[in-house]
Amino acid sequence: MPTTSSRETILSAIRRALAVPAPKPGHHAGESEPQQEPQFQNTFSILGQEAATSQKRTWLPPVGESWDAWADLFAANSLDLKTQWILCADEAELKTQLQRLRAENGWTKIGLHRGELTDLAAETLGLENFYVDDGYDAHQLEKCDAGITQCDALVAQTGSVLSTNQSAGGRVLSILPPHHVVIARREQLLPDLPAAFELMQEKYGDNYPSLMGFITGPSRTGDIERILVLGAHGPKKLTVLCV
Amino acid sequence: MAIAPEKIEVPAGSGAAHDDNFHNPPEKPSAQFHHDADEKTADLRHRDLIQSALGKYYVARAGKQSKFQNWGAARQAAAEVKWEAVGHLDKYLREFEDKISARGTKVFWASTEEEARDYIVGVIKDAGARRIIKSKTMTGEEIHLNAALEKEGFEVAESDLGEYIVQLREEAPYHFVFPAMHLSRGEISDLFKEKLGTAATDSPEELTMIAREVMREKYIAADVGISGGNFAIAETGMISITENEGNARLSVSLPKIHIAIMGIEKVLPKMSDLALFLPMLATAGAGQALTGYNTLLGGPKQPGEIDGPEEFHVVLLDNGRTKLLADPEQRDALSCIRCGACLNVCPIFKNVGGHTYGTTYQGPIGSVITPHFKEMQTWKHLSSASSLCGACTETCPVKIDLAHHLLQNRRNAAQQKPVWSEKWAMKGFAWFMNQPRLYRLALKLAPLAQAFHPLVKGRRLDPLYVWTAGREFPKVKRETFKDFWAKREK
Amino acid sequence: MIMKITLFIPCFVDSFYPQTGRAMVRIFEKLGHTLDYKPQLTCCGQPPFNAGYWDESRKVAVKVLDALGDAERVVIASGSCGAMLKVFYNELFKDTLREADARALGEKTFEFSDFLVNELGVTDIGAKFPHAVTWHDGCHGLRELGIKTEPRALLSNVEGLELREMGEAATCCGFGGLFSAKFPSISVAMGQVKTKSAVETDTKYIVSNDGSCLMHIQGVLDRERRGMKCLHLAEVLNQGW
Ligand code: SF4
Repeated sequence: MPTTSSRETILSAIRRALAVPAPKPGHHAGESEPQQEPQFQNTFSILGQEAATSQKRTWLPPVGESWDAWADLFAANSLDLKTQWILCADEAELKTQLQRLRAENGWTKIGLHRGELTDLAAETLGLENFYVDDGYDAHQLEKCDAGITQCDALVAQTGSVLSTNQSAGGRVLSILPPHHVVIARREQLLPDLPAAFELMQEKYGDNYPSLMGFITGPSRTGDIERILVLGAHGPKKLTVLCV
Repeated sequence: MAIAPEKIEVPAGSGAAHDDNFHNPPEKPSAQFHHDADEKTADLRHRDLIQSALGKYYVARAGKQSKFQNWGAARQAAAEVKWEAVGHLDKYLREFEDKISARGTKVFWASTEEEARDYIVGVIKDAGARRIIKSKTMTGEEIHLNAALEKEGFEVAESDLGEYIVQLREEAPYHFVFPAMHLSRGEISDLFKEKLGTAATDSPEELTMIAREVMREKYIAADVGISGGNFAIAETGMISITENEGNARLSVSLPKIHIAIMGIEKVLPKMSDLALFLPMLATAGAGQALTGYNTLLGGPKQPGEIDGPEEFHVVLLDNGRTKLLADPEQRDALSCIRCGACLNVCPIFKNVGGHTYGTTYQGPIGSVITPHFKEMQTWKHLSSASSLCGACTETCPVKIDLAHHLLQNRRNAAQQKPVWSEKWAMKGFAWFMNQPRLYRLALKLAPLAQAFHPLVKGRRLDPLYVWTAGREFPKVKRETFKDFWAKREK
Repeated sequence: MIMKITLFIPCFVDSFYPQTGRAMVRIFEKLGHTLDYKPQLTCCGQPPFNAGYWDESRKVAVKVLDALGDAERVVIASGSCGAMLKVFYNELFKDTLREADARALGEKTFEFSDFLVNELGVTDIGAKFPHAVTWHDGCHGLRELGIKTEPRALLSNVEGLELREMGEAATCCGFGGLFSAKFPSISVAMGQVKTKSAVETDTKYIVSNDGSCLMHIQGVLDRERRGMKCLHLAEVLNQGW
C-alpha cells in the first residue's frame, strides 16, 4: 500500500537529511548580534510553559493590567475591526440591547443553541427560534436573520472571540447567518492570546472539541484591489454583547 | 589643504520626464520569464495597480507591527520554534499523526504530487461524491489538484474570492496570499458579467456579494470540502487554518468529507506556539492584528457534536521538501509560513508581477524553493532575477535568509552545471582584474571609445546595449583615481 | 587617535567617479589621518561571486586578502563592496585556508559613513551645501551592514543642507550588479520607481553612500531627463571648506 511505503520513505528521507544539523537561525549579516544565551528554545523547554507564556507577553502587543483596560482595548479593537461591542451593566441592559438589535435589524427568525445566555436571549426576543442542537437543515439555518451564540472567551489583545463547536452550537451557526451575535460574561474577557491558549488547555485537556478557533471581526475580504469588504462568505455583522 | 574643494555643477534640465518608449519587443521569446518580465515592466498600468494595492498593505502592516512590544524578539523566537520543529521533523510529524488519528482522522503521506492527487481522487470516488468546495490551498495548486479533479468529472468550486476570480479566468493565482491582486474591479466586473451574467458594477462590495451568493448554495450542496492548512500542531494533533472570509470554516464544516492537504514542513511543536505565530502571520501577511478566522481542527465530527464532517483526511506532502531539508544551508526555507510578506516588499515582484514567475510560489521564497522542489537548472534563472537587495530577508517573520539563499542557488547551479560562456566570461573578468596594467590601459582607451559611443548608443549594435536600452552610461574620467593617487604620491 | 586608513577604491569609483575618492582623501586628511591606497586593487570580486562563480571570485578576492592583510583600517566608498568584504568574504572563504584572513579583513573594513560616525566618532566635517537633497539607502549598506542613521547624522550637520526623505528611500534602485545587465527591463523599471519618488521631493540632488547605485540611478535620471544629479555622500561632505 502506498500509504505505508510513502510514510516510511518520507520519514527515512527526513532522518537522513537531518543527519547534518542546521545552524541556529538569526545569524544574518547586518543584524545586531543574535540573542545572547540563554537561548529562547532552552528557556521554553527547560522552564516550561509558564516561562514561555511570560516571554511571549513581553513581545506581543501590550494589553494593560486591569479588566477595565482589557475592556477598553477590546472596544478599541472592535472599532478597528468593525465589530459591534456592547458592554452591558447588567442583565436588564442586555435585554434592552437585544430588543434594540431586534428592532434595528428587523429580525424575525434567529438561529441559536441551548445555553444559559442564549436561552435568555430567546426569551427576551420572543422571535421564531431555530435551535441547532439536535441537528439542523443548513438551508433553514441560512434563512435565519442572526445566529446567536455563547463563546469560550473574548481576547482583548486582538478583539477576538474564542469559541468552539461545543461552546457555540456547532461549527456552522456562527458562520452561516448574516449576523453573528455573541453573548459573553464579563469574566470571560481574557487579556491576551497566551491566556486564550492556556484556557483551552485547562478547559478541555485532551478532550478538546473538533473545532476551536478565534473569530476576529465580521467576515472580510480585500481580494479586490485590497479594498476592505465585509461579509465575504460569513457574517456581514458581528455583535459582541458582554454582561 | 592639499586638494581644492570640488565644484559641483548645478544640473540643468526641465525636471520632467520624457516619454521615450525604450522597451523593445523581446528578442528571445523562448525565455518566458524574460519575455513576461519585459512585457510587465513596460505595462505601467499593471505596475501602478500593484504598487497602489501594496501601498495599502505597507501602511497596515507598519501600523500593526508597531503595536508589538518587541517584534525583533518575537521574530527570533518564531524562527527558533520553526528551527526546532523542522530540525526534528520526523519526531513531530509522528506525534502529529498519532494524536490526530487517535480521534478518527486519516493521515496519508504522499511522496509526490501524483500520490497526493490519486489519494484525494480515490477518497472522493469511494464516497461516490461529485461536488467539491475548495478553500484556498497553495499545496493544492502545487499538485495541480483542480485539473485532476475536473478530469474526473467532479464539479470544483474555489470559494476564496480571489481564487474564485482566477478560477473563472482559468489562470493561476497571481500571489499566493492575494490571488487576484493584479485585477482591477473593472476587469472583475467584466469577468462576472461574462461568466455569471451579472450586471456591471464598479463597487468591490457588490462584486463580493455576487461571489457570496454564488458560493452559498455550493457550500450546502458540496459533498467534499478541500482545504489547506497553515500549521499542524504536533502536541495536540490539530491543523490550524487561517483565513479572512469564512469560506474555509464553511468548507470544512458543511460537507460530509473534509480533506486537508499540507506540506510536511507545516508542523509546530505546541499549540501555544500559535499565540506567537497567528498574530505574526496576520501582521506580516496582511497587516492585521489577527486574521478573521483562525480555526483549529482536531478531527471529524466527534460523538455528541452537533455538526462537522464524518470523514477527515490529512494529506502530508513531501514533493521535494525532503530535498530542501537535506541542504542545511537552506533548510530554514522550510520554516516559511507563507505569509507572502517577502513578495509584498520585493521590488522585482512589484515590477514583474506574480504570473511572470511561472511558479506556484512566487517572489523571493518561490525563487529560493522552486529549484529544490523541482529542478535546479530549469529554475535557476529565478535566483538570478534578483538585485539581492535583501528586503525579503528583512521582512520575513521567521527570519529566512532569503537573499543569501538566492546567492547560494546561483553558486550551486554554476557548480552543478556551469554555463560555459558565463564561466569563461567570469574567468576572463577575474584574470583581467588581476592585471593592473592591462586594466589601466583599458581605462586610458575607454574615453576614446566612448567618444564614438553616441553613434550606436541605445541601439542593438551598441556593445553596452543591455545598459543603454533603458538608461545612460557614465563617462570614464580622463583622470582616474589611480592617476590622481600616483600624482599625489609623487 | 591618528589612524592609518587604507582606501579601497572600487572599479566604478576609480574610473567613473574619481571625485568620490578624492573627496574621501581630502576629508580624512582634514581629520588628520594618514592614508594609504593599493593601486593594484580594483575589484573585490563581487561580479563573479554574484553570478555564482565562486572559484573565479576567489581568484580576485585572494589578491584583496593579500594586499590588505597588514592594513590597519580599510575604508570603502561603496556599501555594496563593503558588504562583499565584510559579509560575503566570510561565505566565500568558508572552509578554506583563508577563512581566518577573510574574517580578520571583514572586522577591520568599514563603509565610509559607518567609519566616520562609529569608528572616528565624527558627525560634523564642517561642510556647507546650501541645497535640498534627498537620500538613497543602498541596499547592501542598509541591510547587510545596517547603515541607516550614520549618513543622515552626517548630512544633518552640513550647513545649509536640507534633507527631504523620499518615500522609496529604502527601496532597491534596481542596480544589483550583473542583474542590471541580465534583466535590464526589470532593473530599469526599478530605477524608475526610485527616480519618480526622488522627483517628488522636489530636490536637485540624490545623495547616497553607494556609488554603484548612483551610477544606475543617474543613468535612469538622464534618460528620463529629470534634471537631477546623483552625488556621493563624500562629495557633499567635501563642500564648502
Ligand atoms: S519566506 Fe518569510 S516572508 Fe516569505 S512567505 Fe515565507 S514566511 Fe513569509
